[in-house]
Amino acid sequence: MIDLLSYAAFFLTMALTYAVICLGLNLQWGQTGLFNVGVAGFVAVGAYVSAILTTPPIDGRIGGFELPMVVGWLGGGLAAGLLCLGIGALTLRLRSDYLAIATFGAAVVIQLALLNLEGLTGGPFGVGFIPRPFGSLQGDADLFALANLLVMIVTVLLCYLALEHLVRSPWGRVLRALREDETAARALGKNPVTYRLQAFAIGGFVMGLGGAAQGHFIGFIAPDNYLPILTFQVWTMLIVGGSGNMRGAILGAVLVWAIWAVSGSAVSALFPTEQQARAASLQIVMIGAALCAVLLLRPRGLLGEAGTLRRRKTRTAPKISEGTETNA
Amino acid sequence: MMLQPIMDGLVNGAIIGLGAIGVTLTYAILRFANFAHGELLSWGAYLALTVSGALGALLPGLGTPLGPFSFGWSVPIAMAGSILLTAALTLAVDWLLFGRLRRSGAVTIILVMASFGAALALRNLLEFAYTSSPKYFSNALQISREILPGLRATPDQLLVVALGVVLVVLVHLLLTRTAAGRSMRAVSEDPQLSALVGIDTRAVIRMVWVLGAALAAVAGIMSGVVVQIRPTMGHDLLLPLFAAAILGGIGSVPGAMLAGLIVGLAEALTVQLIGAEWRAAVSFVILVAVLLLRPQGIFGKVTA
Repeated sequence: MIDLLSYAAFFLTMALTYAVICLGLNLQWGQTGLFNVGVAGFVAVGAYVSAILTTPPIDGRIGGFELPMVVGWLGGGLAAGLLCLGIGALTLRLRSDYLAIATFGAAVVIQLALLNLEGLTGGPFGVGFIPRPFGSLQGDADLFALANLLVMIVTVLLCYLALEHLVRSPWGRVLRALREDETAARALGKNPVTYRLQAFAIGGFVMGLGGAAQGHFIGFIAPDNYLPILTFQVWTMLIVGGSGNMRGAILGAVLVWAIWAVSGSAVSALFPTEQQARAASLQIVMIGAALCAVLLLRPRGLLGEAGTLRRRKTRTAPKISEGTETNA
Repeated sequence: MMLQPIMDGLVNGAIIGLGAIGVTLTYAILRFANFAHGELLSWGAYLALTVSGALGALLPGLGTPLGPFSFGWSVPIAMAGSILLTAALTLAVDWLLFGRLRRSGAVTIILVMASFGAALALRNLLEFAYTSSPKYFSNALQISREILPGLRATPDQLLVVALGVVLVVLVHLLLTRTAAGRSMRAVSEDPQLSALVGIDTRAVIRMVWVLGAALAAVAGIMSGVVVQIRPTMGHDLLLPLFAAAILGGIGSVPGAMLAGLIVGLAEALTVQLIGAEWRAAVSFVILVAVLLLRPQGIFGKVTA
């Protein structure tokens, strides 16, 4: 029973790290319509930068500054945000899918860099000994698991409140206006590139933060954790939960992570060891098909975007909702 | 001594160029970046492998190497079969996924995302069916011959380059000299206007898929002949394909081929000068350089 409790705490902690990443993607895609296919790369940057800042020094590797964890997490987020800023500056003036191609390329190069810059990233062996939050409690497994979960609940809550506040602010309304009708928003004097760049960078910061948190809970990171399948998982989480809705992003993350974990353990329980790699690829096929099916059948996800409901209200009582919108 | 990487670059560049033609056509006419195009190369190669394996088992004579090449008649026959099957596969994916999204009025980016999902499903389906271990069309070893002083190539490699050139010329003629090609170019210019003057847009879309799939299948098979067949081969080529399509200018067939050769040569030189481990970064560097300096590509129009 106690085991089950600490497993549930561990499972939820991991799910919530995905929720943070998913919240970042929701700002980029759900609110702004920016298609980032390199999520895994930005998450990796967050995780590695935080790990390098906080781990004890190791011979033959640059880094290992033993800084406090908060510095590591913020540093990881900043690094990912700056990277987004660079890629966004390069592509956001061009056609919308150039960003997709550029982020895809960035993720490929980040993966290469993780593998080959051994002096910084540890190469294929990764970085170990990443400090875990409340490491002093490690003796008591349950308390430790619950403390970690608490850290993650607070992190998700902070991200949620901050992003929700941003999205409800006039700034957030400009983002949605640009997404829905760029010409109209432009006519109102809003520069689309500036707003999109800001949203892309802030989303990148949140993703990096999620990556950093993930690295610290696992305690070990390696290039293999950041393959395109991670990008895909986060996307599925957002689409299933309902893109454009911050609560949907969190719900989707927990739900899809649960499905992933259950189907993963089903694969290892049902298939003999030599067939497991094959079965795992079938698991990805099914998730891929599921994503396409959701796009076709229920593009708004489980929790749709709140804004579309509001727009419907506007049609019936324009004046009242106009008033509430400016107050919100 | 600098000639050898040029040969390797040309062989790879021809493969990238053929794949990039499909990417550029899909981009220009269907108006989205198709992340599943790389998987068409892999599927083309595996479908050909299956057909040639079956042929070889039925009629062992077909497996005897043809002249100087490493493969027998089974591979060219399998190529024809694979082109048909790969084209059928893309039409099926379009019918199941992209066509429905188009009709529901989905924005570009939803199509891109759907292609991303389709790519993962298609790739892992291959991995499930054939496992991730590399496969080969033939076990025959080829000895490279000296063509010029300091330049060696296997007959297979020369065939790949020649086939690449022939196909580019054919596709270029198809687009510029035939009614079908004219309607394709019209749709890429202005879909609404071409529908208005009586061009069957749906037929044009089918043509784009079939043409792109056929070229992808040939590129995948050629890559399988000179290197090996792996489920991730198309995914690994995806970034070079995009880099070539954008460098060549979206919609330009000769541009895609020329840019494919440039990407292939740049990769070969990187392997020679910096190291093989950074090869995959070359396409990204080229991509970034093009986006910074000339986003419309070599042959692209400024508005593209």
